[in-house]
Amino acid sequence: MKPDTRGYFGEFGGRFVPEVLIAALEELDAAVNEAFADPGFWREYNVILRDYVGRPSPLYRCERFAADSAATLLMKREDTNHTGAHKINNAVGQALLARRMGKTRLIAETGAGQHGVAVATVGAKFGLPVDVYMGAVDVERQSLNVFVMQLLGAQVHPVSSGSQTLKDAVNEAFRVWCERVEDSFYVLGSVVGAHPYPYLVRELQKVIGIEARRQCMERFGRLPSDVVACVGGGSNAIGLFAGFIDDQRVQLWGVEAGGEGVATGHSAASLGAGSVGVLHGSRSYVLQDDEGQVREAHSISAGLDYPGVGPEHAFLKGSGRATYVDVTDAEALEAFNQFARSEGIIPALESAHAIAFARELATHRGPDDLILVSLSGRGEKDLAQVRCRG
Amino acid sequence: MPRLEEIFARAKTQRRAAFIAYVMAGDPDPETTLLILDVLNAAGTDLIELGVPYGDPLADGPIIASAAHRALANGTRLHHVFELVRRHGAGNGAPIILFSYFNPIFRYGIERFTRESAEAGASGLIVPDLALEETAELRASAGVHDLQMPLLVAPSTRPDRAARIAGAAGGFVYVVSRLGVTGASGAPNVEQVHRQVATMRELTTKPLAVGFGLSRPEDVGAVAAFADGVIVGSALIDAYRGQTGVACARSVGAFVEPLISATAWERSVWHS
Repeated sequence: MKPDTRGYFGEFGGRFVPEVLIAALEELDAAVNEAFADPGFWREYNVILRDYVGRPSPLYRCERFAADSAATLLMKREDTNHTGAHKINNAVGQALLARRMGKTRLIAETGAGQHGVAVATVGAKFGLPVDVYMGAVDVERQSLNVFVMQLLGAQVHPVSSGSQTLKDAVNEAFRVWCERVEDSFYVLGSVVGAHPYPYLVRELQKVIGIEARRQCMERFGRLPSDVVACVGGGSNAIGLFAGFIDDQRVQLWGVEAGGEGVATGHSAASLGAGSVGVLHGSRSYVLQDDEGQVREAHSISAGLDYPGVGPEHAFLKGSGRATYVDVTDAEALEAFNQFARSEGIIPALESAHAIAFARELATHRGPDDLILVSLSGRGEKDLAQVRCRG
Repeated sequence: MPRLEEIFARAKTQRRAAFIAYVMAGDPDPETTLLILDVLNAAGTDLIELGVPYGDPLADGPIIASAAHRALANGTRLHHVFELVRRHGAGNGAPIILFSYFNPIFRYGIERFTRESAEAGASGLIVPDLALEETAELRASAGVHDLQMPLLVAPSTRPDRAARIAGAAGGFVYVVSRLGVTGASGAPNVEQVHRQVATMRELTTKPLAVGFGLSRPEDVGAVAAFADGVIVGSALIDAYRGQTGVACARSVGAFVEPLISATAWERSVWHS
């Protein structure tokens, strides 16, 4: 579904930004509608996805992981993309838009660095200078990705306000965009932010779901019973869900980061443990206190460590079309290790949340059931952290 | 409480622009904020924007963002903010406009927030991250409680939209003088601000107050020549940063005095 003209999915979404950005968002909205209606835009996008990103990404049938369950586990291998995660699908599309709009500079926020690397990559490819805003704590934690971004020619700006993590990096990217709104394109990395970003990013990640549905039908002649993806901001999940949203029999599962356990208050489960609020330009679920101060999120996975979630997920939760669950740090870590050993694939810690839940789900499904999981990224970026945790 | 328009009208009869000061509630602590409000009042400040601390202030630069974080770190909550308004009002001071991001209002409850603001004695409410399209419910509730809601226009706002914003604005129109966030350094582009204000004059008869990046008496003087009000925030907070109590209040007094003097038309070329 398309959000309404004010950018709402039901009661979620909208455009809660300083007036200075309204003209830019309206300009972007017009450019998005124009580009999406132009077959030439999609032709170019698809060629880049094929020749540069390496799409279609494989659909892999697990052989040994969860082998004691009757159901079949299928992995949509976004980890095989260039730069190692689904983030590049969105970055390519937004860079094409930026060029179309005549913008001469890209700005981006990043948490773990995956989106920052993706934007630095397309910046290099398109010859556009890139400024990446990254929390000072994350700069410290993810020094390898900082180096990669720099290697690709991007400027990485540490953000030392607030909690010095992804939330603050988004704040800073918005602020910088306010100043440089005339020549800069803000490449937002997830289905969050003010309208049209949640819609724009979904449409650019939809390729995951469209390919996966086609691959399922071709290979198995039937649809999966369940579709599972991790949810931080929620872009890989919304992209995968989008391919199945009209298939009412297919159950959609979003897996949030339960951190140390939702009950401890140390989680990143905005849908599970948050309440309705406004963060980064849209109304959705937010981890916040009773006076609307945003809480810090906690997750072993930097990519899920975000106190908000995309408004369309809030809508899907409300409508019941998708169900949201959570997986703790410990459970994700165990699945990470188990999956690596049984399939020879090191998943991103984000994806390990989805994998952990899918394994559990498989015990409740029969031999004819296919469970489709988004393997949203590869795990090399997480090795130092996993090693740390022992 | 006087209507905000009356404040601008009074300044005009005194042949000057209204001086509007922004301070953060609870920075460096609630008691000092009260002293600062007193000093601003005594110095002749016409309106006070009292910032409601919020941890994720998208429209603010590092000076105001840090002030918000200091206020939150020392435990400032909404009831402290309302209490400050109440205690300030007891002395018949300059009217207070609460300046709050939307999420604290939304979470607290739009009706409850506007009612308690009005009960405490606030005259208005400015919400920097609420664009016109999202203001309907809040404006309705503010209206019920007689809180005026000035709205913001930016250099990037197109005239047709600026006209609609001005039409919906309560009390005055807040003219954001540059692209970017609060606390920009360097002199404002006075020519551009003048053009912006002139454009707004054709669209509305409501008072026009200019803010963002005004810090020195010469900036204030230049803008006071053609605007109805001049707003100073980050520079003021910067002037008392690191101080508390009476010393802090004294710094505020010393800082705003030349700014307030600069609002007089007689000092400007435009009105000579």
